[in-house]
Amino acid sequence: MSLDRKEVPLLAVMLIPVFVVFATFFLLPMARLVLVAGSGENGMSEYLTVIRTPRHFESLIATVLLSAVTTLAALVISGISGVFLERNRFRGREALISMLTFPLAFPGVVIGFLVIMLAGRQGLAKEISTALTGTRLVFAYSMAGLFVGYLYFSIPRVILTLMAAAEKLDPALEEAARSLGASRWQVIRDVIVPALKPALIASGAICFATAMGAFGTAFTLATNIDVLPMTIYTEFTLNANIATAAALSIMLGIVTWIALYIARSLAGSTVAAAA
Amino acid sequence: MNQSTQSIDIRLIECAKTFSDGTRALEPLTLQIEAGETVVLLGPSGCGKTTTLRIIAGLESPDPGGQVLFGQDDVTNQPIERRNVGMVFQSYALFPNMSVEQNIAYGLTVRKMANDEKARRVAEMLDMMQITELAGRRIDQLSGGQRQRVALARAIAVRPRVLLLDEPLTALDALLRERLRVEIDQLLRELGITAVYVTHDQNEAMALGDRIVVMDKGMVAQTGTPQDIYYKPSNAFVADFIGTINRLRGTANKGMLQTAGGKLPWSGPDAGDIEVLFRPEDATIVALDAAELRGHVVASYFLGDRTKVLLDGIGEQTVVVETADRRQFAKGAEIGLIIKPDALMTLE
Repeated sequence: MSLDRKEVPLLAVMLIPVFVVFATFFLLPMARLVLVAGSGENGMSEYLTVIRTPRHFESLIATVLLSAVTTLAALVISGISGVFLERNRFRGREALISMLTFPLAFPGVVIGFLVIMLAGRQGLAKEISTALTGTRLVFAYSMAGLFVGYLYFSIPRVILTLMAAAEKLDPALEEAARSLGASRWQVIRDVIVPALKPALIASGAICFATAMGAFGTAFTLATNIDVLPMTIYTEFTLNANIATAAALSIMLGIVTWIALYIARSLAGSTVAAAA
Repeated sequence: MNQSTQSIDIRLIECAKTFSDGTRALEPLTLQIEAGETVVLLGPSGCGKTTTLRIIAGLESPDPGGQVLFGQDDVTNQPIERRNVGMVFQSYALFPNMSVEQNIAYGLTVRKMANDEKARRVAEMLDMMQITELAGRRIDQLSGGQRQRVALARAIAVRPRVLLLDEPLTALDALLRERLRVEIDQLLRELGITAVYVTHDQNEAMALGDRIVVMDKGMVAQTGTPQDIYYKPSNAFVADFIGTINRLRGTANKGMLQTAGGKLPWSGPDAGDIEVLFRPEDATIVALDAAELRGHVVASYFLGDRTKVLLDGIGEQTVVVETADRRQFAKGAEIGLIIKPDALMTLE
């Protein structure tokens, strides 16, 4: 106990840098942001205004939906390929894995650019669809384009975590389920997905948060897209509506935090069950 | 507790297994397992016993030309989920996301059994394995022995045509292993189900098997009852793998066998130079003047109920004998032995 008492001041000293950083770069700016949001002509009811303004509210909903759909798609695609890559050894496997994780380093602008090259006005999709059916397929500047871009940068973030989780799957569990008569689909539903659940939730949370705040891709593609980071940017730089921008930022943070909180409490219960 | 499914026989015909990397895990194997019989596949790791079990289960398919029959039913091309087998694994393989009850019910759930019938069957299984009080538990709250009971209950709940057990006791400690072995034995007799049991533990094999198939390097070394395997090993591998064996070289002539350690009565044919084998428990330590064989103590180990004594000067290798005598064996002391006349074995 005496040792503990001696260690307390030392511990406090060692924690000072963390507190300083936390206060300087998180608490103070956040407090400032909260105040700024309330400094406009609407006062603190700016937050309500943000929800009541259809354009802002729609942007919030669109962002949440886009992020949720991106997360789901990324989890499904990465889950299937992660388990496959973990189970199968073939030539070029290592190369494929490193290629899949390659986009991690790309800034949003580059990803936006890639989407334009794929589905823009001069894009690959347009060339092929024109040649095949005569209709011009251009979707880079819509939600669909954004979805493709988001998916592109989400998969690398998810797939490595899922591969690591798939490595720990006990093959005997699947064999036991099959011996009891379970079909492939039932094995996936009853054995593989539950076993991957903590990893799915953890990587899904990161994926969702990243998608909620993604700006570069949206900025590159934005002609008629209103995702929340874009709306904040517009309010802040173009309209100089600093209070609204601040309120929207806080809303973005809160919505993401709620989603992550739900995910974490779900993950917590599964972790407890697996311990 | 009566098994509604009639027990069936299993036949493997020319089942070989070559893995994709070219490893030959199993040479062509033909094996008949009678209905209701418990057959133990015994051997060291890599002998092909698990591959054989997995071929029966449908987790591996035999190389082309091999055939697996359950009764009249050719199941060679049926995947495991259609074979209706019960399987028990060394790692238990219980579903961690389900309770004990849900684990046991899983095969019934997959078969879309009505809820009340399912509940009745699960209760029956819990009762049979004496784990009723564990019904609502999570798997991580169970001990190893409890887990393997749940795994057994889960495997037999679906009333499988055959029960396949892959080293089910290996992960348990010695005391529990002994107890569960007795339970499994009773269970198999009670159910009268055709069972294939894989182990590397000869004691388990002896205690459980109606017949034992000793395997080595992908081939069957010997098939027989536990007594056959133990008392009439047909080759050196089986003799060495099962229990402890002593080897003597000698010359057989006119009803006597002359060895380095002395003369033994011999009922076999005369022969120049032959090798005979005997088990440690068939030798008795006697006074030197009554002894057939004489040797010197190399080492002795007190095991509680008996003392194990290692002797040289009798065979080319050290001879091991066991005695319940409460005496000390000084290193180098001369010891006399007699061997039961019918206990001498020869290998073809």
